[in-house]
Amino acid sequence: MDVEVTLTVDGKKHQLVVDTRTTLLDALRERLGIISPKKGCDHGQCGACTVLLDGRRANSCLALAVAHQEAQIVTAGGLADGEDLHPMQRSFIKHDAFQCGYCTPGQIVSAVAMLREADAGWPSTATRDLNADTVALDDEEIRERMSGNLCRCAAYANIVPAIAEVARG
Amino acid sequence: MKPFRYARSDSVLDAVAMMAETPRAAFLGGGTNLVDLMKLEVAAPDVLIDVRRLTSTRIEELPDGGLRIGAAVPNSDLAADRTIRRRYPVLSEALLSGASGQLRNLATTGGNLLQRTRCVYFQDVTTPCNKREPGSGCSAREGFNRELAILGWSDACVATHPSDMAVAMAALDAVVRTLGPKGERAIPLTELHRLPGDEPERDTVLEHGELITAVDLPPLRFATNSRFRKVRDRASYAFALVSVAAALDVADGVVRDVRIALGGVAHKPWRARRAEAALRGTPPTENSFRAAAEAELADARPLSGNAFKVPLARNALVRTMLDLAEEAR
Repeated sequence: MDVEVTLTVDGKKHQLVVDTRTTLLDALRERLGIISPKKGCDHGQCGACTVLLDGRRANSCLALAVAHQEAQIVTAGGLADGEDLHPMQRSFIKHDAFQCGYCTPGQIVSAVAMLREADAGWPSTATRDLNADTVALDDEEIRERMSGNLCRCAAYANIVPAIAEVARG
Repeated sequence: MKPFRYARSDSVLDAVAMMAETPRAAFLGGGTNLVDLMKLEVAAPDVLIDVRRLTSTRIEELPDGGLRIGAAVPNSDLAADRTIRRRYPVLSEALLSGASGQLRNLATTGGNLLQRTRCVYFQDVTTPCNKREPGSGCSAREGFNRELAILGWSDACVATHPSDMAVAMAALDAVVRTLGPKGERAIPLTELHRLPGDEPERDTVLEHGELITAVDLPPLRFATNSRFRKVRDRASYAFALVSVAAALDVADGVVRDVRIALGGVAHKPWRARRAEAALRGTPPTENSFRAAAEAELADARPLSGNAFKVPLARNALVRTMLDLAEEAR
């Protein structure tokens, strides 16, 4: 069933007609040509499709486009400031935090939002003191908080240091 | 995915009224389970009524000292809430042990309670499943049932409820508030989900069109000493094989009060009332905890592939209680 929707992606408004069944991921990739979010499992298990919805990371494969018209949507492609890459993107390059690169946009978007969550004092299941005021992102914390992003090349050994460098300033 | 109409309404009342007129409609919350089940064609609603903006996203103090959690509070906000962390740490820990950061941001409190079983046969439309297609048979009974129930199952269905959050809420005596065609109801969380019996297609006692609007947590002073322990195949991002939610109050060297619920063992969060009764008034020792766990699991009937869950549940319960006893010292 067709509906007209407005999606705000990387600061730009788009009007389009989609079938109600269209996920946000398919609307971005197939209809708007915004291909930095990747389709991995398409069932919310791999994290390759991660985007920000109003600053929070979310699986765009499980979000219906029609239900997220009010959201500010940010993709990996929208993180850079023109030619200036986001610090997380630079750190992934510096640490060679990928092999094939397919999961990388999702990893980077997820990592950017994960640092904000930690800054806000959100605990994780790896946090020893649930009531602590601040969160120290050691490697165990980073691994736990990034467990929703799989890398089939297993580049984790470089992903964790790439994120840690940005986290620890 | 089957075609559907997407609908919004201006109020909870309108949404409930709209649902009452539409037998094959479904409420849409965060969509993390429902949209996936629609892709798999396990669910095929003809109308989706989006309620994510209708119910409350606030956590409010109640006059009796408890808390009211709006049905639309995302799992991530509930886990991070400072009051929840301080007063009901078991709930925060349960939420943080489930899903991923991305999913917890989308998933809502009401939706988490209503997620469906992850039994592989339920999610595979090419196989018989009494929950998905009543009367078609249970493929799991003699099939791949390693992750399924050891308590309270029936010949019709051996599925488990997948929520971690609900296990903590069962231990905390949470009350689910709903609005339906017949008005408002307050349902103890331990009575929201059903055992499968011969109607496994019904996960809960909710009627068609009944919407969860909030979950109330009653005051429980000793819940500050509460904990969630989850045992799973991976260190992170996996459903529970077995989980334990517990709170312990020790005074004068004996257990004054205790709350225990088990997850991953039944079609519903399993409140361990026998273990609780066995523990009250006894010293908080490993022997007491083991005897209580054994009393609770006396009726366990493991399936062909999950006998390991009986000692696993016993040991997880004992370990959780020992940790709490240490804290209470």
